[in-house]
Amino acid sequence: METQDLDLERSELELDAEPMFINVGPAHPAMHGTVRCQMELSGEVIERVDVQVGYLHRGFEKMCERGTWTQVYPYVDRCNYVSPMLNNVGFSLACEKMLGIEVTPRCAYYRIALGELARMSDHLTCDGAMAMELGAFTPFLWMIKGREMIWDIMEEETGARLTHSFGRIGGMASPPTDGFKETARAAVAEILSIVEESERLLFGNRIFLDRLQGIGKISAEDAISLGWTGPCLRACGVPYDVRKAHPYGRYDEFDFDVPVGSEGDCLDRFVVRIEEMKQSARIIEQALKKLPSSGPINVDDPRVVLPPKEDVYNTIEGTIRHFKVIMEGLKIPAGEVYSYTEGGNGELGFYLVSDGSGTPYRVRIRPPCFLVTSGLERVITGAMVSDVVPCFGSLNMIGGECDR
Amino acid sequence: MAQRLVDLLKNQFALAVLETYAQHGDETVVLDPGSWHEVCRFLRDAPPAQMNMLTDLTAVDYPERDPRFEVVAHLYSLQHGHRLRLKTRVGDSTGEDVRVDSIADLWGSANWMERECFDMFGIQFVGHPDLRRILMYPEFVGHPLRKDYPAERIQPLVPYREGINNEKLPPFTAFEGMPFGRQTHQQSGPLGNESDPELFPEALDASQGRNPEA
Repeated sequence: METQDLDLERSELELDAEPMFINVGPAHPAMHGTVRCQMELSGEVIERVDVQVGYLHRGFEKMCERGTWTQVYPYVDRCNYVSPMLNNVGFSLACEKMLGIEVTPRCAYYRIALGELARMSDHLTCDGAMAMELGAFTPFLWMIKGREMIWDIMEEETGARLTHSFGRIGGMASPPTDGFKETARAAVAEILSIVEESERLLFGNRIFLDRLQGIGKISAEDAISLGWTGPCLRACGVPYDVRKAHPYGRYDEFDFDVPVGSEGDCLDRFVVRIEEMKQSARIIEQALKKLPSSGPINVDDPRVVLPPKEDVYNTIEGTIRHFKVIMEGLKIPAGEVYSYTEGGNGELGFYLVSDGSGTPYRVRIRPPCFLVTSGLERVITGAMVSDVVPCFGSLNMIGGECDR
Repeated sequence: MAQRLVDLLKNQFALAVLETYAQHGDETVVLDPGSWHEVCRFLRDAPPAQMNMLTDLTAVDYPERDPRFEVVAHLYSLQHGHRLRLKTRVGDSTGEDVRVDSIADLWGSANWMERECFDMFGIQFVGHPDLRRILMYPEFVGHPLRKDYPAERIQPLVPYREGINNEKLPPFTAFEGMPFGRQTHQQSGPLGNESDPELFPEALDASQGRNPEA
């Protein structure tokens, strides 16, 4: 966030024609996170740019070091607030890797189904907002209608629309509701038709395509060097998806494709997200088929999972167990782990260090957005001012995740 | 897979590799800080390694240890699909003048991650092209993720910045803009500069019961 010392050559004239200094954000509507771009223009071409982040820094990594491991969930919820369920699942998997426990099949498929719904909501928001910023308001409303259906399901399942805090170490907060499979199937079918309608609206639109095609190009080598992952890297033609390359959970049992682009421009990033939604729908369908309708959702491990409420109220052992898990926090053995999952924007990593007490020693969240945003400078240098909007939109920078 | 890589490093850089271990399937190599850049370059370029992606770079503060900070990097190779964690230990108990070589010339992703690391831990990355704070503002005092930085510390309010186009903004005084609830700035806080009249002229007036407008 520290400003760069731009030494502009000031001429004798009262009005400086070249270079022109322009400041976009942090409260600019197109900077839909909170990012400031200081740009030095020559005519309409961006000569130099300094991208400044940090306006949404809330110190989550510091706050995580004060509570118990379970109390980290609300913070990871607020990282990528468009797909919080993926963050929940990622953090759960990291802690379970340290504890050496494996969740029940019902929980694993439930997590995959909810996680892919969250991924669809992430991509719907990104593509919708991108279309809106380029003047196409109708697809935005349609896609937000689709996202609303996902959030209704999330509300039904978790009790919250946005910040669920639904993951638990060793399971989930509650088992799927009775109507989950039907509502999810109905919603996914509806969303797919919405996506196809939006596609028909946009891909026949010359203005929309002209604003995206060949704009914001980046080579695969540059993207890899910048640490890009997720849809932005796949748009450059690199088929790296953590779900395929290093399957976690039970993703190895699923049949899905990894869509890749070829040019690495804004249009590819847009299309890759559209195609990923269709793949997510395939995964959800398979996960719902595999999801058992009965069985435990949490592991049977008294170290990490809260006892059932009737035990807490009726037996002394249950009360003590509940008290210890709540007051001391569950104990994760000393050590460190780097666990990575495919978040909405790419590889969402958690580097956790535990000292064996009930409090995390260090929680490092490896945000995919942060590195993608660091490439914005390279993407828009040499482009026109009007290209900033589609470039920034296609990177899908989520302020909460980037700044934490 | 990664074990082969660890053996390779041990052979190639016998003096630089201080320690190796694996936990939860993550192979870890602890390096001498002097050869940090050299080993990173080797891992990026050597055909058996080809770690073309620096996925993560961060630090951990252990105030009670002698090299106080651990700089931790996670490397990944898209070609081979293997990962490696590199560590180096730097800094003394004072936390002053902590230095490690920058690897921003090897991977573009190191640029912002080293800036964040500098911002949060105060580690100087020697050779970094543009080492500024990234998440915090330039007037921020201290490095927040260090263990000796208290989470409830109050930062000094930033005086009116002299710069371009700032006429629109009202000047900030101690009672404008950032209400901190129960805590006030009249008590002497952990920074000890709360009574500095240059930073907080209004605070002094209010503590003496005078209204600056009157």
